[in-house]
Amino acid sequence: MKGAKILIESLIREGVEVIFGYPGGTVIPIFDCLYDAPIKFILTRHEQAAAHAADGYARSTGKVGVCLSTSGPGATNLTTGIATAYMDSVPIIAITGQVKTSLIGNDAFQEADVTGITRSISKYNYLVKDVKDLAYTVKEAFYLANTGRPGPIVIDLPVDVQIQEADFNYPDKIEMRSYNPTCYGHPGQIKKALKLIYDSKKPVIIAGGGILISEAHNELLKFAEKAKIPVSTTLMGLGGFPSTNNLALGMPGMHGTVYANMAITESDLLISIGSRFDDRVTGKLDAFAPEAKIIHIDIDPTSISKNIKVDVPIVGDAKNILGQLIEEIKESKLSDLSKWHKKVKDWKKKHPLTYNKNNSGKIKPQHVIEEIYNQTKGKAIIVTEVGQNQMWASQFYKYDYPRQFLSSGGLGTMGYGFPAAIGAKIANPKKEVIVIAGDGSIQMNIQELATVNTYNVKVKIIILNNGYLGMVRQWQELFYNRRYSGTPLKNPDFVKVAQGYGVKGLRVKKVSEVKAAVKEILSAKTPVLADFLIEPEENVFPMVPAGEAINRMIGGMA
Amino acid sequence: MRHTVQALVENRFGVLARVASLFSARGYNIESLAVGETQDSTISCMTIVVEAEDERVLEQIKKQLHKLIDVITVIDFTRRDYIDRDLILIKILNNGENKKVIEKLVKKFPIKIIDQTKEDFLLEICPDRHQEDEILKELKSLGIKELVRTGRIAIGK
Repeated sequence: MKGAKILIESLIREGVEVIFGYPGGTVIPIFDCLYDAPIKFILTRHEQAAAHAADGYARSTGKVGVCLSTSGPGATNLTTGIATAYMDSVPIIAITGQVKTSLIGNDAFQEADVTGITRSISKYNYLVKDVKDLAYTVKEAFYLANTGRPGPIVIDLPVDVQIQEADFNYPDKIEMRSYNPTCYGHPGQIKKALKLIYDSKKPVIIAGGGILISEAHNELLKFAEKAKIPVSTTLMGLGGFPSTNNLALGMPGMHGTVYANMAITESDLLISIGSRFDDRVTGKLDAFAPEAKIIHIDIDPTSISKNIKVDVPIVGDAKNILGQLIEEIKESKLSDLSKWHKKVKDWKKKHPLTYNKNNSGKIKPQHVIEEIYNQTKGKAIIVTEVGQNQMWASQFYKYDYPRQFLSSGGLGTMGYGFPAAIGAKIANPKKEVIVIAGDGSIQMNIQELATVNTYNVKVKIIILNNGYLGMVRQWQELFYNRRYSGTPLKNPDFVKVAQGYGVKGLRVKKVSEVKAAVKEILSAKTPVLADFLIEPEENVFPMVPAGEAINRMIGGMA
Repeated sequence: MRHTVQALVENRFGVLARVASLFSARGYNIESLAVGETQDSTISCMTIVVEAEDERVLEQIKKQLHKLIDVITVIDFTRRDYIDRDLILIKILNNGENKKVIEKLVKKFPIKIIDQTKEDFLLEICPDRHQEDEILKELKSLGIKELVRTGRIAIGK
């Protein structure tokens, strides 16, 4: 069997249903095999979009997403998507063509050192130089991508290997002496953690993306309710704990809720589960939860005691460890938390998450998000770009379900949302998939309108158009004396752009039109791009200035 | 403080680059790095000497090393009983005064004169971590013309 065929057969064995990609000189043999393979191929209009689409497919399902590009520029275009997936621990496989083995290192046409370039932005990568290694490599790549702390894996495949012959034997399982992720928490550590939990009078849980990855949402809910501990979900953890639950605190950190940040600052015990104390969460480190003991549950030992000194680390899978905690916790030993609950309730009442609803006549972006929340009954998959749009979408849509909120958290990649939504919609054709974008970020991959038109991918694109690169403009307003350097945007007519690509476009200018417009967008049986002209200088509040303590918020404290 | 860390790794292409880029990406400087096959030809041993001010940096280095897919085990010799050696080849000017000093040093330290020309002595030095600084200090005072070294290797007792 030829190498290209071995690759496709291996992907079929791994249950791959769809590949996002773009052809080129060094992958023609693979495309030739794809032509009649039982795998759907989605041609994006830029390789970056293929990587993000594979990422959206993976985040919305938990399955491994696959993207494919040619060598050189095709591969370098994938790298932003690979880095995005790496920072957020998303399992994708990126297959890149490579020049033939005899030319590697010779500056051949469309050659790039792909394993070199992707070394620091992938969990692992391969250059397959012998066709006999190919099947095993694919098997190992899928195993690595979606076990332990998941992440992107790159397979660089020279074009001559694609046409070499070998017997096809797909291995049943993989054993690696150098890679054995810890799955269960150490019993001794579980006991130590429980002791801290029993003694705590002001505990808070910070739940991160690890909850979603290990599908631990049910266990988290059960544990939090049993131990009566308030839960703050990070940007990556949204949907891992129901936002509408009484114990929910919303997001911590830079654009978190006042009550989450107050509770964390005053807590005497922080239980972080699948979260890595990112600087956007902690703010100024020495003022972060200064009184608290810290329990840190994470599958990746390098996350522990990296930024914050941890009292009780528990390495392992969040679902298993929460299961162990639920099993062993004795409710009778818990301290009385009623005072703490009252305090949290008072903060929530005094500083709710809200915005200035004055009647300037301009559309408030928060209002648009709320309207979408109401009309989708909280059940849509929301995919964001990066910036103000991302923060409003995280604050004003209430996420109750896992894998419902997709966003580039770690790398903060503008241009992620729209293509990721394409991947999510293809994986979840029955669910409503909505992109919340800004007028800046949508233009970073706007060519994908051609993709949604070609395959009739019914994503709904909401542009919160304020004529600025809004988040940077907000910093300039607050900290740089309103010197709007490089942030005002002269935009194209987005409606006409959509129409030019054959996609329905509409514009919403008035507050009074919002409700009907959202209804029209949601009821459309085609992809839609909607350009909402919003209040140009609306800010995201609350906000913790970079490097400040998280209880020193501006906005939202009134 | 100087720490000696050892990693047993899969003997594959690209592993050295992964280890090296782990250090360089974080701005850690490697003082020495020695790599070679072990008794098992599928496993290589990397001995790395790093300068780490606080324990947390060292902890991170060890954890990051262990996180690399190709790394099988990581040993930190800091609090262990171990033996280490470095191999240094040094060229020193051949004159009467240097000759006397070198002959004295040969008796005291693991130094061998492995070649001698009219111009130079060529010395082979095999010091452990305790002797290294003292030997080099002595030899520097004689004027070193050329120095090459392998980097430290270590083995647990």
